[in-house]
Amino acid sequence: MDPRINVITKRMEHVEKIIVVSGGKGGIGKSTFSAVLALNLSQSGYRVGLMDLDFWGPSAHIMLGARKNFPKEHKGIVPPSVNGVKLMSIVYYTKDKTLALRKSGFDHAVVELFAVTQWGPLDYLIIDMPPGIGDAVLDVIRCLGKAKFCIIMTSSKVVMEIVKKTVQMLKQLKIPILGIVRNMKGEKLSFTKKEKIFDTRFLGDIHFDRNLERAIGYPQRLLRTDFAKSVGKISHHF
Amino acid sequence: MHEWALAESVVLTAEKFAKEQGFSEIKKITIKLGDLQQIDKNIFRFAIKEMFGTQRLLLKNAKIKFQSEKAFLKCRKCGNAWTFARNVKKLKASNLEAIHFVPEAAHAYMHCPRCNSADFEIVQGRGVWLDSITGK
Repeated sequence: MDPRINVITKRMEHVEKIIVVSGGKGGIGKSTFSAVLALNLSQSGYRVGLMDLDFWGPSAHIMLGARKNFPKEHKGIVPPSVNGVKLMSIVYYTKDKTLALRKSGFDHAVVELFAVTQWGPLDYLIIDMPPGIGDAVLDVIRCLGKAKFCIIMTSSKVVMEIVKKTVQMLKQLKIPILGIVRNMKGEKLSFTKKEKIFDTRFLGDIHFDRNLERAIGYPQRLLRTDFAKSVGKISHHF
Repeated sequence: MHEWALAESVVLTAEKFAKEQGFSEIKKITIKLGDLQQIDKNIFRFAIKEMFGTQRLLLKNAKIKFQSEKAFLKCRKCGNAWTFARNVKKLKASNLEAIHFVPEAAHAYMHCPRCNSADFEIVQGRGVWLDSITGK
């Protein structure tokens, strides 16, 4: 039998809240939201960890401007603090190489990272999910116990359809959802302010921010963007 | 001591299993160690024994047996199969270390020796596997 699953709950003993940032679709801003949320909470004085589970396109290290950071070994793997955020990413081990992973390999790597990462006491652990959610990852997330999903969507019809299905699936599996964030909202779109989307709490809008790209990799600049200000308002729900 | 975290997973799983089976004592734990993860047996044994301690009565007298398992890899493109041991000399120390921490990192550093594809599966010998627990 695989012994690793049984230790994951123990690894989360001193983690107060786990926020899983998902959306079921690529390119909608999950990673940017995750990184900025982590920075924002850290700046507010919370102890924050960020786990980048997008093994095919890891980007949290780029967002946070990680340079020569590398985990230490102490009864497992201790993630380095990158600009105040404890960051765990597959990129420490794959460097700039492409990871030709199939689903079974992905599942194994996720379980391994959760089993060996020693986060220490955290107020928040943010998990940046890859597009799509597989069974094994859902199993791990359920085993984390206190994990709650934050769903990112845009106003695109395609994205909305996929998000609707993601929400339905999470509800069927009785996995808690904190709410839905609408990202990249254009000025001309005139959605009425909603309390709920897909029968799920609406947490807020983030307008398209032209200055965001230039701030990536520079945490202090990132925190000054309009994007970060919107994330800050949304973070009060967490 | 990355082995410590995996040792802890073995101890917790053995205890959980023993409780489910109604064992009052665990006699032997057999652990398969796939050579892809390059676990140091001595460190691993030491970590497990340290965790047995006095508080873990179920495991106090348990024997630990290791079984080495060769890692077999199989190319999904051409079907060629090969062992990790055969390719290990071609890998840099830093790459081996990465594979030690996360065996799936092998997909970043290894290719099929016949067709050079990175699309291969780890058929066996990935890492730590709890093979059997005997008790009474």
